[in-house]
This record gives sequence, structure tokens and C-alpha cells, in this order.
Amino acid sequence: MFKALEMEEVEVIFGYPGGAVIGIYDELYRQKIRHILVRHEQGAIHAADGYARVSGKVGVCLVTSGPGATNTVTGIANAHADSVPVVILTGQVPTALIGSDAFQEVDIMGITRPCTKHNFLVRDVTELGKVLREAFQIARSGRPGPVLVDLPKDVMQAEIEEADICFVSGYRYAAEFLDDSAIEKAAEMIAIARNPVVFSGGGVSMGKACGELRELAGLIGAPVASTLMGLGAFPASDPLWLGMAGMHGTYAANMAFTHCDLLVGVGVRFDDRVTSRVEAFAPRAKIIHIDIDPVSIDKIVRTNLSILADAKQALSALVGRLKERNHVWPDSISGWQEQVLEWKRVQPLGYDDNGDVIKPQFVVEKLYELSRGKAIISTEVGQNQMWAAQFFQYNEPNCFLTSGGLGTMGFGLPAAIGAQIAAPDSLVIDVAGDGSFQMNFQELGTAVQNKLPVKIAILNNSFLGMVRQWQEKFYQKRYSQTLLDDNPDFLKIAEAYGAKGLRARTVAEVEVVIKEAFATDGVVVMDFIVDREEGVYPLVKPGASLSEMDFGPRGVKNVEVSALKGLVSTNGDDPYSRSFN
Amino acid sequence: MEAQKNVISVLVNNKPDVLARISGTLSGRGFNIESISANVTMNPARTKIIITTMGDNATLTRILKQISRLVDIIEVTDLTGRRAIRRELFLVRLNWSKSGCKKKIEALAKNNGWKILSGDEAGCIIEITGENGVLLNEVMALEQFGMEDFTRTGVVAIEYGE
Repeated sequence: MFKALEMEEVEVIFGYPGGAVIGIYDELYRQKIRHILVRHEQGAIHAADGYARVSGKVGVCLVTSGPGATNTVTGIANAHADSVPVVILTGQVPTALIGSDAFQEVDIMGITRPCTKHNFLVRDVTELGKVLREAFQIARSGRPGPVLVDLPKDVMQAEIEEADICFVSGYRYAAEFLDDSAIEKAAEMIAIARNPVVFSGGGVSMGKACGELRELAGLIGAPVASTLMGLGAFPASDPLWLGMAGMHGTYAANMAFTHCDLLVGVGVRFDDRVTSRVEAFAPRAKIIHIDIDPVSIDKIVRTNLSILADAKQALSALVGRLKERNHVWPDSISGWQEQVLEWKRVQPLGYDDNGDVIKPQFVVEKLYELSRGKAIISTEVGQNQMWAAQFFQYNEPNCFLTSGGLGTMGFGLPAAIGAQIAAPDSLVIDVAGDGSFQMNFQELGTAVQNKLPVKIAILNNSFLGMVRQWQEKFYQKRYSQTLLDDNPDFLKIAEAYGAKGLRARTVAEVEVVIKEAFATDGVVVMDFIVDREEGVYPLVKPGASLSEMDFGPRGVKNVEVSALKGLVSTNGDDPYSRSFN
Repeated sequence: MEAQKNVISVLVNNKPDVLARISGTLSGRGFNIESISANVTMNPARTKIIITTMGDNATLTRILKQISRLVDIIEVTDLTGRRAIRRELFLVRLNWSKSGCKKKIEALAKNNGWKILSGDEAGCIIEITGENGVLLNEVMALEQFGMEDFTRTGVVAIEYGE
């Protein structure tokens, strides 16, 4: 087993021992491979996930049978939803006992079948090496994803002559060959587009196609918006950057989608958080969809042209073809770019300062400013996640780790731990909420023990903030079970684990706390006591079209509605009509 | 879109959990399987699975993509509307002593090409093969002649040669 792991250049395993894997751990004792002992198996899978996202390699976790295996299931589903390559090694009871309801036995194959890309039960030690290598191959190729390998105890304790591992992968995925005629068609569609927009997703950074994306956008003069997962693939400092699109997307991105005549989606799957009401999504646009997974194509949004390919391969072919055709910007492009800049100017992301109460967005802005943007940000899920997405400017790929598809609270801290191992010299910050932090804060122990100096920034509003915000908007402020008035003292928790705890109650203290945290060589928990009822805006109500945006307490007071109405609305609907209140 | 009966032929690696993967993929996404049959092919390392489902074209396309994406799947063919022979086999148990129509059944069997597999004074077991839709009506009509139970294979299908 360790030979196969070595061949796959595995440097680190995140794991937790137990009865069924005690033999593997005994062998591990003699091996050079690094093992990070977590405090809960969910922490192991999320850490492997965070490691994979930052390193671009396959993350590995090792857990025991039964509860060890089931504790990873949330993390497996998380990696599956976000297409992250991880290999999960689970112990299993001896083959003779499988099916007998033995101690710590579960059918983890059956449990994880729908949330893995593939899974294997190794029945014979002679297959072990081959199966492991196949697992890595499947995890990383095509649309990446989690692969589980179930290892019965007797199989792992069987003696075997050391031999070379012969490995020929039979695994094929659909997008291995690029359809050249589709590239030609795409080039033709781009040539006649007057208001093009590029929509990039996680597949771009996953496919290491960020350079190609930038080149395409520059070549055709199209502004770029992205999904949550796609943040960082296109630099936020670029004038063509629109920001994130969708439910909590920027005004400029959602307006550009609503008014463009060509939308080029790359490595995206048109998630409901982006499209909102599908019938009203990009109503004037022809859609080109580039994706590696045939299942994503035409699943949600009907496309005019689909290109089944790896993002890098498709984008470089497309850029090449456009250059061959001597593509020049149509005259309309500069007007379209001006329009987009206007949208960015009239309604940028923002929030209202009110006195000395700390605004959570301000904390994120300060984290950006004081780190000069040189940080890897992981997030929990909820308001903290959206503010981290909106108010930190991502200029590099693989620097924003978030549970995009599954929305797993408790992801951020273990993911930060994995990220810190992949990038030991980087500043890694987990932007957390007081609710999410408590889902996996036991991993502080892992960070401290392994001297992984991750920083945790809790935006503490003593609420389950995102649910509270929805209760405020859609359930007449009945705050059912979202109050966390009895939160523990996070500073004491930090101290109990041997980490440093810092708290900011006033605006002035924010900078002091962040500076001290950044200057500390060790784990730091920053507890920011923020405005309790701050909301995430803009907000597109589920089921509404992207043009119906609610800007919260800021309303639309900064916008010259009458002046813009004629400019942006050509079909009579009012893009400023608020969907509620 | 109009719902139609679809027949899909799936060639897979002969492994114990492939059938579970396919049926799980379908049920997890709310697709209902009408019938499914699986058997080892001429190559013992391969199994051929024939699935019939009801659904519109969009549903069918999604099913095909979802199944194709699974790792142990070698080939997925949509036989709906293709030149292929589709057959289903029924085994019917019939009590003809009560209905007293042994003669009539024997005549029907002869005319329709059914096989009476075992018969005595009390009743018989008949093998009936044919095109799926028509066949069910034929079999149900046997109720009046004392049909007690039947079991069926589900659809199997094979394409015509080139």
C-alpha cells in the first residue's frame, strides 16, 4: 500500500486510527510518509480536501471502519459537489465478517456510492496496489472527485511478496478528445457578438486554465464574472472583472448576464445559486458552454453550443482559432465595456458604516488590506462565506477555499489546516462565523499540535446569521432557533488549545487585532464582535430573475433610477424593482 | 414533452456492484426503472444490462449521460427507435381444472406459439414470449381461464446487424 502511495507521490495523509486500521498504522510507524492526526474524521476529509485545492494534487485521508468511515461522509459529499480529487482509505472488518453486523461494520461502499466518483472494495491483497493507483487516476482525471477504497483488515494483514505494481488504467472519460468543429463554431459566434460576457467557474482553476481565460477575455474584450468556486481564476484587479454573479452577486455581473448577447460559460455547471430563475437567465444571450462533464451540459440551461472538453484545452484552442481569424473587437465592444463600467460605478458592493459597531464586511476588507491580498482564505458557510467572497479581492487561483456546492458548515478550519500543509509559507485565514466555527473547532488541537499557524477570524454576531437574515426577510423576523446568545468564550477556547485568542469590540480594535494575529507565529483565533443584524447584499430572492436585486438597507438610493432605466432596460421590466418590502 | 417507453442497453464490467451503481444512479435522480435485466455476455468479463424506463427525451438524455459517466460502464446504447428486436418472456401458472378449458388453452397455445411446459389434470405452466406491450394484454386475458400467477423477465433487446 505504501509503495503505491509513494508512486503517487503522496506526501501527507490526514487520518485517525482505529481497530480495523491498526495494522496499517503499525506499518505507517515505519514509513516516512507524513501523517496528520486530526481530532475527528470529518476534519481529516476536509483537510485532505483543502490540501488538494491548494496543492493541485490528490488529497488522502485514512480512517477506520464503521463510525470512522461514516464520519467522513459529509466531507466526501462536499468534495464530490465541488469536484475535488481526494482518495479516502477506510478500514473494514475482515472479509469473513462482512455482512455479519460485526463490531464497527458499515456498508461504506453502499453509503458512499452516490457521493463518490467511484469506490472500491479490495478483496485480495494482490489487487491492492493496482486498485490504489486506479483510485488516484480516477480521482484526478476528467472532472475530479472523491474515490473511496475500502480495506478489509485481513486483506491488509496478508503477506505479499514485494513486487512492481503493474498499472494500466482502463478509465476513460468523455472529454478526452476535443471537437474541432465546435471550436470553429464558437469562434464564429464570438465574431458576431456585440455584448459578450465570459462566465468562469471552478473548472477553470481546477483545469489550470487561468492564463487562457485571461487571454480569451482580453482578445474578445468581454467582461468576466464568476461563480463562487471560480473566484481567483480571473484577477479581481483587472478592469474587465465584474465580480461574482448570482444570488449574492454584484450588480454589474447580474446586469451583464441579463443584457449580454453572448455568454461563454467555462467550467461552470449553472448552479441554481447563479442562474436563479432559469427562464430569465441571460434572456438575450446565445450561450456557449465549455465543460469537462457531459452531465453538466444542457442540465439546467439550454445552450446554443456545447464544447465537451478540459477548460485549458478548449480555451487555448479557441484563442488560437480566434487569432488565426485575426479577430478584432467589433465597434460595439467599447460601448459595452463602458456600460459595464457604469454598472460597476453606480452600484458597487458596499455597506453602511454606522458608528463604532464593527461591520463584518469591514473586517474582511481589513484582512485583505493588511495581508496585501497575499493570503489563502478558507471559509465556513453562511454570511461569513459570502462576505469573504465579496470583500476580499482574489487575484490568484486556488486561494479561496469554500464549500460551494454542498455548503458544509465546519469546512473552513480543517480546510485551512490542509491548505497550510500544502503551502507552509502562506498566510492562511479561515473566515468563520460563530456558528460554523463550533462545528469543527476541535481541529484547533490538530493545528496547534502540528504547528500550523492558521488564523481564524470569527465574524461573531451571536446568530446563525444567514438563516436569521432569511427569517428577517421571508419569515417576518421570527428568529426560530438562530440565536446563539450563549456562545462560549472563544478566547478561552483558543487558550485551552494552546492557541492565542484576540478580541475586537470596536472598529479601532480591528486593525490592532489583525496586525497582532499576523505577527504571531502560531494559531490565532480572532473574535470580532460584529453588527448583529447585518445582512448579505445584494440579494436575489430564490425564484426571482437576476435583474431583481435587493440592496438591503442601502436600497437603491445611490442609483439614478430614471437615468439608468432607459439605458439598461429594453424589455419594459424594471431592473430596480425590489422583490420585497 | 411526451413520455415514451425507452430501451437502453448498457455494456459493463462484470463486477458485483455495477448493477447497484446503475440502479442507484437512476433512483437517486428520480428516474423510475420499469424493467431491468442483466446477464453475462459472450465475454465473461462483461455484463449486458437492458433497462426500460418511461420518460421524455430530455429525461432519457440525462439518464444516458449519468450512466455513461460511471466508471465501470463500457458502452451505453439507446435502443429506443432503433432497428432492434425486443422480447420479453412470461411464465404463467394456470389452473384449468376449475375453469374447465384445458382444450381451449391447448388450442390457444398451438395457435400463438406458446409452450406448455408442464401440465396435468389440475393445471399447467406456460411459456410465452413476445413483444412486450402486446404480450402483457395477451397474458392478462388468461385471467378468465384460471391464471393464478405469472412471472416475467423484463425486456431483452438486440440490435440488427449492420
